[in-house]
Amino acid sequence: MLEIGNLVSNLQSSLLVFLPEIVLVFSLLILIVTDLIFKNIRFLNGYLSLIVFAVCGVSLFFVPRNQVGFLNTYIFDDFSLYFKIIILITNFIIVLMSFNSNELKEKSRPLGEFYIFLVGMTFGMFLVIGSVNLILIYLAIETMSISSYILAGYTKEIKRASEASLKYVIFGAVSSGLMIYGISLLFGLTGSLNLNEINNYLQLNKIDSFPFLVSSLLILAGFAYKISAVPFHFWTPDVYEGAPITITAYLSVASKAAGFAVLLRFLKTMLSAPTGSMNEIWTMVSSIDWTLILAVLSALTMTLGNIVALWQNNLKRLLAFSSIAHAGYILMGVTVLNNTGVASVLVYFFMYLIMNLGAFICVMLVANELNSEDIQDFEGLGYRAPLLATVFSILLFSLIGLPPTAGFIAKFYVFASVIDAGLIWLAVIGVINSVISLYYYVKIMRNMFIRGVDTNKGPIKVAWLNQIVVIVLAFLTILFGIYFSPIVNWANSSSKILIFN
Amino acid sequence: MQSSLGFPILTWITFLPIIGLLLVLLVPVGKDEKSREVSHIIMRWITVGITFIQLIFAIIIFINYNRALTGVNDVSTFQFVERMTWIDANFPVIGHIKIEYFLGIDGLSAPMVLLTAIVCFVAVFPSFVIEKGVKGYFAMYLLLDTGMMGVFVALDFFLFYVFWELMLLPMYFLIGIWGGPRKEYAAIKFFIYTLVGSVFMLLVMIGLYYSVGSFSILDMMNPNNYKPDSIFAGMHTTIRYIAFMALFIGFAIKVPSVPFHTWLPDAHVEAPTPISVILAGVLLKMGTYGMIRIAFPIFPDAVGYFQSLIAWVGMISIIYGALCALGQHKVGQRDFKKLIAYSSVSHMGYVVLGLASMRPEGISGAIFQMFNHGTITSMLFMIVGVIYDRAHTRGLDEFGGLANKMPVYTGIMMVAFFAAIGLPGLSGFISEAMVFLGSFNTYPYLTIASGLGIILGAAYMLWALQKVFFGKLPERWNKPWDPSGKKFPGDDLIAREYAALVPLAIIIIYLGVYPAPMLDLMNASVNHFVEFMKPYVLIGNFLTGM
Repeated sequence: MLEIGNLVSNLQSSLLVFLPEIVLVFSLLILIVTDLIFKNIRFLNGYLSLIVFAVCGVSLFFVPRNQVGFLNTYIFDDFSLYFKIIILITNFIIVLMSFNSNELKEKSRPLGEFYIFLVGMTFGMFLVIGSVNLILIYLAIETMSISSYILAGYTKEIKRASEASLKYVIFGAVSSGLMIYGISLLFGLTGSLNLNEINNYLQLNKIDSFPFLVSSLLILAGFAYKISAVPFHFWTPDVYEGAPITITAYLSVASKAAGFAVLLRFLKTMLSAPTGSMNEIWTMVSSIDWTLILAVLSALTMTLGNIVALWQNNLKRLLAFSSIAHAGYILMGVTVLNNTGVASVLVYFFMYLIMNLGAFICVMLVANELNSEDIQDFEGLGYRAPLLATVFSILLFSLIGLPPTAGFIAKFYVFASVIDAGLIWLAVIGVINSVISLYYYVKIMRNMFIRGVDTNKGPIKVAWLNQIVVIVLAFLTILFGIYFSPIVNWANSSSKILIFN
Repeated sequence: MQSSLGFPILTWITFLPIIGLLLVLLVPVGKDEKSREVSHIIMRWITVGITFIQLIFAIIIFINYNRALTGVNDVSTFQFVERMTWIDANFPVIGHIKIEYFLGIDGLSAPMVLLTAIVCFVAVFPSFVIEKGVKGYFAMYLLLDTGMMGVFVALDFFLFYVFWELMLLPMYFLIGIWGGPRKEYAAIKFFIYTLVGSVFMLLVMIGLYYSVGSFSILDMMNPNNYKPDSIFAGMHTTIRYIAFMALFIGFAIKVPSVPFHTWLPDAHVEAPTPISVILAGVLLKMGTYGMIRIAFPIFPDAVGYFQSLIAWVGMISIIYGALCALGQHKVGQRDFKKLIAYSSVSHMGYVVLGLASMRPEGISGAIFQMFNHGTITSMLFMIVGVIYDRAHTRGLDEFGGLANKMPVYTGIMMVAFFAAIGLPGLSGFISEAMVFLGSFNTYPYLTIASGLGIILGAAYMLWALQKVFFGKLPERWNKPWDPSGKKFPGDDLIAREYAALVPLAIIIIYLGVYPAPMLDLMNASVNHFVEFMKPYVLIGNFLTGM
C-alpha cells in the first residue's frame, strides 16, 4: 500500500501532467457561469471557447513531456501531444464554423451550452488519449460520448436530429457494455487494469488464448465503435445525417482521432513487448494474429464505406460513408503494428483533418443557402458560386487522394507502411478502393460543373468568414501536397508511444 | 543546379503554363456582352502567347541538344539536368524518404517535349470557338499543358507520378464541361480507366523505392542498386513479372492498346476538337513513353519474358483498330471522329510493335511514329473540327464534293490523309517502314500479319476521303456556311485555321522528305537503350542474318 505522503506528492507532481485538462475543466465551469449571466450575447461563449482552446493549446507546451501521473494511470508523451493538437485545431475550426451555421441559429436557440459541451467533449477526448488504465479509458470514453450524444441532438426540434441522438445513445450503450465486459474478463485473467502491468503479466505468464482473445476483441469493439469501423459502423450514417453539420464534421475528425489514439496505445502498450531502446518494431506478446484481425477489419471498413457511398444522394450521408472509408484507410496504418504505421496514421490524420473539415464547411455553406444537402441541388453550383465550388473540388480531389494534394501524401505514406510490412494484398484492396471512391466524389463535381450549366438561378451569397476558412484549408491541402516534410517529420518524432515499467 | 544553357529551361518549359493559368484567372470578366467578348480575346491571346513562348523554348532545346549523348540510364549523359532535393523527411523504420526534383531529357524524351510544345501551341487555335466558360477552359488547358510536359521531363518516379495524375483533373473537366452529348459518360470513363492503371503504378513505385532506396528512375534501372532480399531484388522473379505487368497495363491503358482501348472512342467523340487534338497528339504518347522510360528499362528481364506478348498486343491493336475504323463506314455509325479515334488505336499499335522488336531501327521507328502520329492525327482532328464548326455535324455520309467548295482545305487535308495512310514522301511512311523493318527481324510472322493494317488503313482513309471530299455536294451545303459572314467569310479556311494546320503540314512533309533531324535526335539514346536491353531480350535477325 502506498503511504499517504507518497500519494499526496504523487498527485501533486501529477497535476502538471494534467495541466491542459485542468484548463479545460476550469473553463467549462466559467463558461457555465458566463452563459447564465450573459444570456443575450449570442456568441459570447463561442468567442470565449476560442480563447479556451488557445490557452489550452499553449498549456500543452508547458507540460513536462514523457511523464506519467496519477499512480501510473495517465501519461503525456509526444504521441498524446500530436493528437491533442489535432483535436484543438479541429475545435477551433468547428467553433468558427458554428458562427455561420444556419441550423444552429434557427429559432433563437441558446448557443451557450453548445460550446460548453464542446469543451466537455474535448476534456473527454484528452483523457481518452492519455489514459493507460482500462477503467480510466472506459470513463474517458463515456465522458466524451455523453457530450457527443447531446451535441448530436442539439437541434432537438428537428426530428432527424433527435432520432440521431437516440440511435447514438443506444448503439453507444451497447458498445460500452461490450467493452466493460471485456475489461472485466481481462481483469479476471490478468489481475490488473493497468495496460503496462497487463503487458508484464502477459510476457511472464502463459495465458489461455481463447478467453484472452474474446476479452481483447470486446474491448476492441468499443474502440471500433468510436472510429466507426465495420461492423460497428451502423450508427454512423444516421447520426451524421441527423446531427447538425458542425457536429457531424466534429465527430468525423476529433472523435475518430481520440478513438485511433486509444486503439494505438492499447495495442502498443498492452500487446507488444518492449524490445530495445528504439521500440520501432513491435513484437506482439500474445500468439493471436492481430495483424490479420486488423487487416480484415480495415479491408471491410473501407470497402463497405466506399461501396455504400456510391448510392448516397444526401451529401452529409455521403460524407459519412466516405469517413467510414477513410477510417478503413487509416486502419491500414494501424494494421502494420509498428512505428511506421503509427507515423502514417499521424500523417493521415493531419491531412484528413484539413480536407474533411473543409469539405464539411463547403457543404454547410451551400446548405445554408439552399436548405438542402441533396446532391441534386448542387447542380450548377460551379456557376452560381464559382469560388466555393472550385475550393470544394480541390478538397474532393484531396479526399480521392490524387496528387498534388494532401490526401495523396496521406495515402502514399499509409500504402508505403503497408507495403513495407509485406501486406501487399491489403495495399491492393486499398488502391482499388481509391478508384471506387473516385466515382462518388466526382459525382459531386459533375453536378457542380457539368450539369446545370445553363442554370438561371442567381448567384449564391456565401458567409465570408467561413469562405476564408475553406480557402485557407484548400490552400493548405495543396501546400501539404507539394511540401510535406514538416508534417512527416513531426509525425515521425511523435510516433513513439511511451511505455514505462 | 542549372542546365547547360545557364538557366533552368526545363523548369521554365514545364511551369510556364502555370504562369499563364494565373494570368488567365486574373483577367476580369465583365457583365455585359461586349466587355465579356474583350476579356475572352485577352484570355485566348494570353494562351497563344504562353504556348508560343513554350514552343520557342522547345526549339531552343532542339537546337542546343547534344545529339551524341546517350542518356537512358546514365545521369551524366542526360541534358539540361536540374536536380535538387524536394522532400527529405524522416520516417520510423523506413528511415529517410527522399524525393527529388529531378528533370532532364535524353533522346527518348526530347522528341516528346518538342511534340508537346507544338501540339499545345496549334491546339489553341481551334479553342477559339469555345464560347462558354472561357476562363475555366483556358485555365484547365494550361494546367493540362504543365502536366503533360512534366511527364516527359521528370526523371524522379514520384515527380513523374505527380505529373501523370495532375493531368487527369483538367482532362476530366475539359471533356466533361465542353464536350458533346455523352460527355458525362465519356469523362468519367476516361477518369476511372486511367486511375485504375495509375494506382497500381503507385504500388509498384513504392515497392521499387524500398528495393532501391531512391525514387530516381535511373537508379531503379541498375540491378546493383537493389538491396538483397528486397521485394524486387534479383532477376526473373514472379513478383517482378507481376510488377512489370502492372506497369505495362497502366501504360497500355493510356496508349491505348487493345483490350484496354474502349475509353478512347468515347473520349474522342465527346471531347471538343482541341481536346481531341491534345488527347491524340500528346496524351496517348505518354503511355508508350512510360513503357520505354520506366517499364522496360526497370524490368528488362520481364520484358524478355513477355516480349512476344507485347508484340502480339501491338499486332492486335493494329488490326483491331483498323477493322473498327473500317466499321465506321457501316450505315448508321458514320462518325468521322470515331473513325480517326480507332485509327489512333491502330497507329499506336505500330509503336508497341516497334518497341517489342527491341532493334534500333524498330525503336527509332516507334519513337518517330509517336512524333508523327502526334502531328498527323492532330491535323486530322482539326480537319474534322473545321467542317464540324461549319456544318455542326461530322457524319461521314452527310457530305460529299467538299473539294469544290473548299479547295485549299482539301489540299491541306490531303497531306494529313496520305500521311496517315503511309504514302512515301510524308513522315508517316518513314516511321512505319522503320517499325516494320525492326519488327520483321524479330517477329516476321506477326509483322506480315500487321501489314494487313496498312491495307485496311488505306481502305478506311480513302473511303472517307471519297465520301466527304469527292462526288456531289449535297443540296443542303450549297449555300454559304455562315450567311452573316461574321464567323466564316467565304467558304474556305480562315486565318486561325491556317495557323493551326499549315505548320503541321510543313512538319509532315519536311520530315517525310528529310527525317534526319528527328532521327539524329534520338539515335544515340536508342542505340544505347538497345545495348542496355540486349542481355535480357530477344533481338531477331530474320532479315539481316547477323
